[in-house]
Amino acid sequence: METNLGQHISRQFDADLEHLRSQVLAMGGVVEEQIADAVEAFINADFILAEKVVRRDHEVNGMEVALDEECSRVLALRQPAASDLRLIFAIIKTITDLERIGDQAERVVKTVIRLGGDGPISEHYPAIRHLGSLVKQMLHDTLDAFARMDPDEAMIVHAGDREVDREYEAITRQLVTVMMEDTRNIRGCLSVMFAARALERIGDHSKNINEYLVYMVRGKDIRHTDKLPPA
Amino acid sequence: MNDSNLTTHAIDVNKIGRKPQSDDATDHETCISVDKFNLFYGDKQALFDINLELPKHQVTAFIGPSGCGKSTLLRCFNRMNDLIDSVRTEGTIAIDGENIHERGRNVTELRRRVGMVFQKPNPFPKSIFENVAYGLRLQGVNKRRVLEEAVEHALNQAALWDEVKDRLEDNAFGLSGGQQQRLVIARAVAVEPDVLLLDEPASALDPISTLKIEELIHELKQRYTIVIVTHNMQQAARVSDYTAFLYIGELIEFGDTRRLFTVPQKKQTEDYITGRYG
Repeated sequence: METNLGQHISRQFDADLEHLRSQVLAMGGVVEEQIADAVEAFINADFILAEKVVRRDHEVNGMEVALDEECSRVLALRQPAASDLRLIFAIIKTITDLERIGDQAERVVKTVIRLGGDGPISEHYPAIRHLGSLVKQMLHDTLDAFARMDPDEAMIVHAGDREVDREYEAITRQLVTVMMEDTRNIRGCLSVMFAARALERIGDHSKNINEYLVYMVRGKDIRHTDKLPPA
Repeated sequence: MNDSNLTTHAIDVNKIGRKPQSDDATDHETCISVDKFNLFYGDKQALFDINLELPKHQVTAFIGPSGCGKSTLLRCFNRMNDLIDSVRTEGTIAIDGENIHERGRNVTELRRRVGMVFQKPNPFPKSIFENVAYGLRLQGVNKRRVLEEAVEHALNQAALWDEVKDRLEDNAFGLSGGQQQRLVIARAVAVEPDVLLLDEPASALDPISTLKIEELIHELKQRYTIVIVTHNMQQAARVSDYTAFLYIGELIEFGDTRRLFTVPQKKQTEDYITGRYG
């Protein structure tokens, strides 16, 4: 089955759908920057950048609300069917996950603000930087697959979440060891742990978006299929 | 899905009812069966090799652009096309297992069993009562008490009784378009058919009357097998259990309405229901 966005007899409908799609990508772009900024702010204990991430999250929230409104307008006025319906459905779900990713980025920088001058333990910066770039790349590839409506690409990105999970587990193990060595490390370690947890969640949200994309293009719902008993 | 006690977050996944994503008409008993059916208007072929099994006591919608043959196919089910001289058919159509084109078949009896309602309401220039009683009188029923009972029953089924019970002797032309259409449906069900064919039954009606007809279709399917032709795709999606998409005389796709309108299998179906250039 192929998905062609254009070619509706109603050109206005084509324009509506195209607009929706580009707005999703624009929102995704902002969220991607938010992740990068949040990781930087965390590593450098940069309050100014942290404040900026918090401020920009309002922008992300606003985009979600605007897109939701636009989608409900299209649903009410056009009564889309088949691939058009699946597109709208996927967009509504996708923007929820994008907004949540924005929240996770905000959560990362809030640990910076909460800690004040009492910065996180520096030996874990490379691990956080690595996890950060991993999830940022994952979101980037997700948006890329979305832009090209490529379900095969989506499945590859989807599988990439396993690497994110492994990285997160490795960080957790290291932190537990450090905390056991000296209890004075606990405060710092916990903040690193919170940041790592937030980044790991970003991987999960990206994974969801890839699932919506497969549904949108192929009409096949792959969510939770790994948890189903064998038929 | 099997019966294992699979739970996630304390919810029994089996109870959520994740249904298989394709569910076709094979679960139901077949009412109308069309087999290798071709139809010609003179030299011009209008239907090409149609194979279709319409399930009993379900609503099947025929959709497709003008001239795709959906009304032609519908009219075959009670041999209305016999009235057109140049029409020639090949293949078979069976209703409840009986071939309707069999030599010596009583066409009048077939049309009693297979009632039809058209786009424009066509009540007879008679009273409301006589419109509904008409088919029964043709069958030789003349006892007033029997007729009264049958008329009330039919008008009730057509959800019209409460609106007309005090004016049964008024001329049917005094009713609104939506009421007239329901009157015609009452006339069709009064003779207790097995199948109801509806050819664009709501396209001349306002939105409220349309919804009443759609609600009525939903009620009537408990008793009758219903086939509806409609240009209104949302209507097909709302009222039907199964949908057949026809294009230039060919059956392109037939299946569960819920699936056909969310995940059609054929590109032509997709293009048509999403309003794209075919």
